[in-house]
Amino acid sequence: MTAKGQGRTAFAYLAPALLVLGGLLAYPIYQLVLISLYDYGQEQVSGGAPLHFLGLGNYQKLLGDQQFWGVLGQTVAFAAVCVVGTLLVGAFLAILATRVRTWVRMTLFLAALGAWSTPAVAGSTIWLFLFDANFGFVNEVLGIQGFSWTFDKWTAFGLVAAQVIWCSFPFVMVTLYAGIKAIPGEVLEAAALDGASAFRTAWSVTLPLLRPIILVVTIQSIIWDFKVFTQIYVMTNGGGIAGRNLVLNVYAYQQAFAASEYGLGAAIGVVMTVLLLAITMFYLRALRRSGEVL
Amino acid sequence: MRLKTIVAVLGVGAVVACAPVQSGGPSDTGTDEKTGQLRVWLFDEVNRGPKEAVVKEAISEFQGRHSGVTVDVQYIQVSSRAERFKAAFSDPKSAPDVAEFGNTDLAGYVSAGGFSELDLSKWDESKDLVPTVLDTAKVDGKTYGVPWFVGVRALYYRTDVFTELGLKPPTTLDEIAPLARQIRQRKPELIGISAGGKYLFAALPFIWANGGDIAKQDGGKFTATIDSAEARAGVAKYTELIKDDICPPATCAGNGGDASVEAFRAGKAAMTIGGDFNRKSVDASSAAGKYGVVPLPGKTPGSVAPAFAGGNLLGVMKGTQRKTLANEFTQLLASKKYQQKMYAAMGNLPTFSDVQKQVSDSDKFLEPFTKTLQSGTKFVPVTPAWAKIEAQTVVPTMIQEVVTGAKNVETATADAAKTMNAAFAS
Repeated sequence: MTAKGQGRTAFAYLAPALLVLGGLLAYPIYQLVLISLYDYGQEQVSGGAPLHFLGLGNYQKLLGDQQFWGVLGQTVAFAAVCVVGTLLVGAFLAILATRVRTWVRMTLFLAALGAWSTPAVAGSTIWLFLFDANFGFVNEVLGIQGFSWTFDKWTAFGLVAAQVIWCSFPFVMVTLYAGIKAIPGEVLEAAALDGASAFRTAWSVTLPLLRPIILVVTIQSIIWDFKVFTQIYVMTNGGGIAGRNLVLNVYAYQQAFAASEYGLGAAIGVVMTVLLLAITMFYLRALRRSGEVL
Repeated sequence: MRLKTIVAVLGVGAVVACAPVQSGGPSDTGTDEKTGQLRVWLFDEVNRGPKEAVVKEAISEFQGRHSGVTVDVQYIQVSSRAERFKAAFSDPKSAPDVAEFGNTDLAGYVSAGGFSELDLSKWDESKDLVPTVLDTAKVDGKTYGVPWFVGVRALYYRTDVFTELGLKPPTTLDEIAPLARQIRQRKPELIGISAGGKYLFAALPFIWANGGDIAKQDGGKFTATIDSAEARAGVAKYTELIKDDICPPATCAGNGGDASVEAFRAGKAAMTIGGDFNRKSVDASSAAGKYGVVPLPGKTPGSVAPAFAGGNLLGVMKGTQRKTLANEFTQLLASKKYQQKMYAAMGNLPTFSDVQKQVSDSDKFLEPFTKTLQSGTKFVPVTPAWAKIEAQTVVPTMIQEVVTGAKNVETATADAAKTMNAAFAS
């Protein structure tokens, strides 16, 4: 078969998947970009007012808004804390799981799966109950009844970050655990025979072998934590006192979608997509430069 | 390479040529069928039974009068009403003929082209509707709904606490803060007055009583006046309540209306601002039998601070194919007879002045509320932009900024005015 013919056959095999991807991914993104170029409110959707093409007007409005930049910075910092926290907790527990007895590991996994499978709204609400100012278990134990965790900007962010880490570390833990278990025993044995210390083995053998997996869970976590909505919305009652706990997704919902400014909302969506793509690309490039084959 | 160019050209072409989807939208269908099914949307309630019974009675009366007509009622959730109505406006086929809706939603619904103008001139009873209440059903002087019931707020206070401390309910607005402070000083476990940072309808009377307003209308255009000297005085008076010596911000700054009343129900507050519609829940709480209600006082003794006239309307959808029937059903359900029944069933305050008088004569509890209604109520700006301002939580954010000390009254109100003007202009 010629090279061209091979390409055609490959394309034919890929076509169904491409079609599904196109329908599920390309079309919504196309609509998102399109809507972001219009003044598209409820009146326009229901046909009560004519469409008005704004070009980059929505983007101009957004980028000129001081609050947007504040919220963006907050979102990046919040996501960073959550990502680092999730990875650290997940990695620590994964390593722990490889060192403990079976029944401890089973308990650990069951507990993690429980946290993982709790729906975000339910999880957030339960955390709120636990940290309730007057009747919460935590305040009862600490003896600080009446202390409101959700009032102060930083305690509120901290509480939500803890909740986000709680519900996302199991994914990291399970994936890393599987990765560690998949490292061939001979490799570790060879390192031991060469006289490598435990630290040296971890740093020079285990970690490089785990890199592809760490890469995947990091990118996943970045995307998840950057897009966090439910936890902030539920736990800080829609963005905290005076909106000081807003993150980008909640901001988009409040400023644009709840206010029926779909054009502006779509613009925020596009900006978020571009940002996430940029972060991911940057991360991938940095890794490639450091010699990783992707 | 060539493929890339083609894709790029196609992509740019698509963006330029196409526009986002617009539905045909509700329009006057021109048809006016006299038989068939009339579809009605009403709001679901926590305890819907009594409401449903009254509505059923109205339906059987209506169906008795019109043969070949059935009425189908759907109870929709208040919390998801925005989505439901948006969907109904976008797809007239799924829309009802008659719907109950909140009067603050009116302007947005009308500009979305959802409701048709009503002609109440041939309806005798309509002349008894309280004028300021009927105003809440109007956009640019045209009526789009019939007020079905109205809700106003007044000052709830704990009679036992007041007797114990030898206090009297406040007679002017300015007395409230010192009084509340004194109560908390002498009974530190109590909140002086449970006011909330998100409790817009408790804050508005303070602004109105001081002669301020949210916005003013000039030739169809709204301009924010929340940064006027009068409005600022009102904001200062209200935010003074959400301080550690009256209602600590850590507890109160995040509270809306329900949470504010909840503190009173839990017996943790000596006063709060609550509606006539809160009565049942307060009576079922630890404050039952130990509370009284007075109108929220105005600036001078004996005056009443203008209250927000909340309430629900009944309206006819624009896309209806049974216009006459829809109008008749609306007038029946909103009639004096059925408003009285709704009052008996749900405690909803009627919107006719004579019916109001009747019910408050027989039930002393209602007196402060009807007195508040009769001394004149006010309303939020009637423009679709208001829904936007509410969704963006502009006023609650302003109040919270002041009570947390993030901004002073001047800056917070000026910023809020700026955001509002942007919404009014769009």
